[in-house]
Amino acid sequence: MKLSPSFNRSLWVFHVNSGSCNGCDIEIVAALCPRYDPERFGIKLVGSPRHADVLLVTGPVTHQMRDRVRRVYDQMASPKVVMCIGTCGQSGGVFYDSYNLDGPLDQVIPVDVYVPGCAPRPEAIIYGVVQAIAKLERLERSVK
Amino acid sequence: MSSLLVTIAGVILVTIFGIIAGLFLMGVDRICAARMQMRQGPPLIQPFIDIRKLLSKDSQVPANAIPSLFNAAPIVAFASAVTVLFYLPLGSILPVGTPLPMVGEYGDLILIMYLLTVPALAMVAGGFASGSPYASVGAQREMVTMIAYEFPLAIAIIAIAWRLAVAGLVMPFSVNTLAANPIWTVVGPIGIIGCILLLIVLAWVTPAELSRIPCDTPEAETELCGGLLVEYSGRNLALFSLSMAAKLVAMAGLAVLLFLPWNISPLIGISGIGAAGADLVFFLLKVIVVMFFSVTLVRVVMARFRINTVVSLYWGWLTTIGLIGMFLIILDGSMSLGGCLS
Ligand code: SF4
Repeated sequence: MKLSPSFNRSLWVFHVNSGSCNGCDIEIVAALCPRYDPERFGIKLVGSPRHADVLLVTGPVTHQMRDRVRRVYDQMASPKVVMCIGTCGQSGGVFYDSYNLDGPLDQVIPVDVYVPGCAPRPEAIIYGVVQAIAKLERLERSVK
Repeated sequence: MSSLLVTIAGVILVTIFGIIAGLFLMGVDRICAARMQMRQGPPLIQPFIDIRKLLSKDSQVPANAIPSLFNAAPIVAFASAVTVLFYLPLGSILPVGTPLPMVGEYGDLILIMYLLTVPALAMVAGGFASGSPYASVGAQREMVTMIAYEFPLAIAIIAIAWRLAVAGLVMPFSVNTLAANPIWTVVGPIGIIGCILLLIVLAWVTPAELSRIPCDTPEAETELCGGLLVEYSGRNLALFSLSMAAKLVAMAGLAVLLFLPWNISPLIGISGIGAAGADLVFFLLKVIVVMFFSVTLVRVVMARFRINTVVSLYWGWLTTIGLIGMFLIILDGSMSLGGCLS
């Protein structure tokens, strides 16, 4: 894995809904709105996983979505970071023990940052991105 | 031999200038857009950071793509977008000029017009080659958009060149003629109205040429997931972004050449290499003004057009405006000839 300092000043984000109730998705959109203005830090929502550096996954990963999440993850060009937004993806949350869940998310793809909350506030999501940047910086130092 | 070396050096310099100026313009564009939305916006060097990041990432080739075409398209797009800059005057540095004697001797507006379509064609080829349905839809839309905006653009260029020819200038399509004879000083009052109409047409062709909102239907992020570019990543995506940046300079530079070709150095009375520098800065200022009005302002104020709206807008409205402008210019030209049309 090759990392450069420019990487964490320009994180492009792709968002996957793996069966969430849409609460987390709305909070992600809220975090991207002009009030918080994440473009200040070069964070941008992109339309294709090929362009993305960060994968935001919401929801508990339903049986139908398992392959799709996996495929989206594989389509991203490395280096890449995965963020799990919402309690659902960590434990199942309100959908815990449902018959059609293949989650939690870390059973499907490797996760770097968890943002708990149902739904997490936009501040929490931004804090999660900061943690992702910190993790990237740590990795960078260890690669050197 | 030495002239060959100078040409090569000139080509490299213009390429570097095109990349830096283009990315700088994109940064200005993003900051202006952010300020208009009451945001702080990214730093000015954000496009440079983005390109550097993209270059450090992997380039993936999808399984059902045609790898040769898929990888060649970004290179062709970038090379042709930069080539346009060789034929445009950058400030007082004319293509057939003293400091950078380049390939420009053979270039004129018609060549520039054709070269401007090559990056779009390369993107279409790349889109079809990536074997993704989204990219194919995007490529089809790009072709339709291209057919739509090419006609108004041609009207604007031909009307101006015709008027210069009537004014008795030889080689009216030549870039140097245009740079030396601003159209506003040639035409009469009716022609000025015609020129303003053509300026409006050119300002509207710019966003379509650059696939920016409201004409970004081929890339439509929310419906086509990035359209043409959906499968591109890493270095290939960086090359496409760079070609977009160079094309931004080229399109704004074309508008500057046609309608605002004045230089600052005669006004402030310096000469030599300082004059070239001052003119280059002035050129960048003019380009920023053109870009602000025809790209940034439009993209913040408007939403995306449907593809059929794009076609009816360019073939219906803008062609009509362009033809009226051309008619006024022809009227003006024939009046200057004493009512005779030849
Ligand atoms: S964590 Fe809560 S808000 Fe988010 S998707 Fe799950 S149930 Fe919805």
